Amino acid sequence: MTTNAAQKTASRQVSQSIVRPDLIWKLLAYLIAIIAAIFFALPFFWTIGTSLKQQTELYTFPPTFIPSSPRWTNYSEVFRLAPFGTFLLNTAIVTAAAVFGQVLSSAVVAFGFARFRFPGRNALFVVVLATMMLPWHVTIVPSFLLFRSLGWLNTFLPLIVPSFFGASAFSIFLLRQFFLSIPRDLDEAAKIDGANSFQVFWQVILPLSKVALATVAIFAFIEHWNEFIGPLIYLNSTEKFTVSIGLRYFLATPITGDEPRDAILMAASLIVALPPLLLFFFAQKYFVQGIVTTGMKG
Amino acid sequence: MKAMARSRASGISPLRRREALEGYLWISPWIIGFTVFTLGPMLVSLYLSFTSYKIGANPTWIGLENYVEAFTRDKLFWPSLGRTLAYAVVLVALGVSLSLLAAILLNNIRGKSFFRALFYLPSLTPTVALAVIWAWLLQPEYGLVNFVLSWFGIQGPGWFTSRTWVIPGIILVSLWASIGGGRMIIFLAGLQGVPQEMYEAAEIDGAGQIAQFFHITIPLISPTILFNAIISIIGSFSVFSLAYIATEGGPNYGSWFYMLHLYHNAFSYFQMGYASALAWILFVIMMSLTLFQMWLSKRWVHYEYSEGGQ
Repeated sequence: MTTNAAQKTASRQVSQSIVRPDLIWKLLAYLIAIIAAIFFALPFFWTIGTSLKQQTELYTFPPTFIPSSPRWTNYSEVFRLAPFGTFLLNTAIVTAAAVFGQVLSSAVVAFGFARFRFPGRNALFVVVLATMMLPWHVTIVPSFLLFRSLGWLNTFLPLIVPSFFGASAFSIFLLRQFFLSIPRDLDEAAKIDGANSFQVFWQVILPLSKVALATVAIFAFIEHWNEFIGPLIYLNSTEKFTVSIGLRYFLATPITGDEPRDAILMAASLIVALPPLLLFFFAQKYFVQGIVTTGMKG
Repeated sequence: MKAMARSRASGISPLRRREALEGYLWISPWIIGFTVFTLGPMLVSLYLSFTSYKIGANPTWIGLENYVEAFTRDKLFWPSLGRTLAYAVVLVALGVSLSLLAAILLNNIRGKSFFRALFYLPSLTPTVALAVIWAWLLQPEYGLVNFVLSWFGIQGPGWFTSRTWVIPGIILVSLWASIGGGRMIIFLAGLQGVPQEMYEAAEIDGAGQIAQFFHITIPLISPTILFNAIISIIGSFSVFSLAYIATEGGPNYGSWFYMLHLYHNAFSYFQMGYASALAWILFVIMMSLTLFQMWLSKRWVHYEYSEGGQ
């Protein structure tokens, strides 16, 4: 008993001496974490502060974080000075259609890869994965020419239609991984009951994949809401603009009155950035799961 | 047995053939999309790169003329390529290592999900908003960054208004937007795959934190590092929107990246043939770099231990 107790004290002493450098590391870790948190968060707070400033307060040194008398009308000015309501509506239309197309087509294609055996399946799937690494610039010129010859310039179609044809390798990959984890016994049971493969897909696989489908939808939303190059190339009249090029249009438009231009610009930027940020707050767990599934297969 | 033998003799059984047909049918949206929106355009782009093609006229075959033009006469080609390469090297080196450090940090503190969310937020900001916000943050006289630097007695540079500082400025913005993004989340998952016993064993052997980092953590997550490095290289070579919006390639072409050069040739000067050649040159460079990285990875990536990345 006594030897046991002595051993315990000894081991406690040993562990204490190990704990000490550990403690320093811990303190250092929290210090760095807090500095990093400030580094990532401060620009947001700063931008919110700036978006509410008066003209005079914008150009003072040292700058202020919290405006002395917030000018809330900066936010309504955004809609008065540019057709931002139209931009938001256009973006909502494009994003909704593209998200729907992306989820639907990715699920269909992923089901094909996950549940059927056919010659060349693995090779084709490698091609799907390879397109994930394909930089966008190699296809931009001919894609533009293609949509031009179809008469689709200055319409939303170039931004929407590819989504209906499995344009997102990431989504296909993610859903295929998920479908593979669903036991085949469920398919077989449904087939014995007389279900064809469409019914298996629609009534067995999809209802079990709500989380994965939501993950794909969320990533698709962010991707299409934030999309810049497509709208830049394909849209050219103001009433067709999405928010990302709308914001750029705003940047280039001179303001004649005495409105605090830079503050209003910050307000507009925050309006554009808000939907993805809000979505993240409500759906954090889907983000982490989605990234992890794709990343780990590298 | 007989049936099996027969089906093997005839190649494929009717059942298997039906399954294969159905399979092709299900993946047909992707086959169509890939052909029409990816493979077709890539081949057309390769063809156009050997032509002189202004929109409205017909493409005329000029052989390697576009490539000769790029390599020998285009005054902006080499500077924009070199600038993009330098930017990519710095951004990938800093970005990948800082994301890894951030992931290790998160793994060692309480409140992990809170900090993770906070670090992740910048990566969700649309690039246009990012450019507008940071143009103001980096404003030399009234911006936050130079204000914070002044606390430490540092006279901040002109950032986007200075030819020397515009690229470091863009790197800073890119880092802010990418350190805590998908790359960090992937590292976090990779770290989860490192067996805790290995650290315990190393601790008993008296290995310190730094030795553990270099001899356990790094080798075990090396496949994840490779994946992130490849993805980041592709991303940083394609840098476009940030510079296009915040600096328009300036001042005095100081941030005229390769993609800006390509974009303006295609959509401002409508030199579709020349722009296609530019696209293929960059594509070949990126492919070679990726393959080189994969070849190099045989020397430093350890697949045998990893549980996560196969």
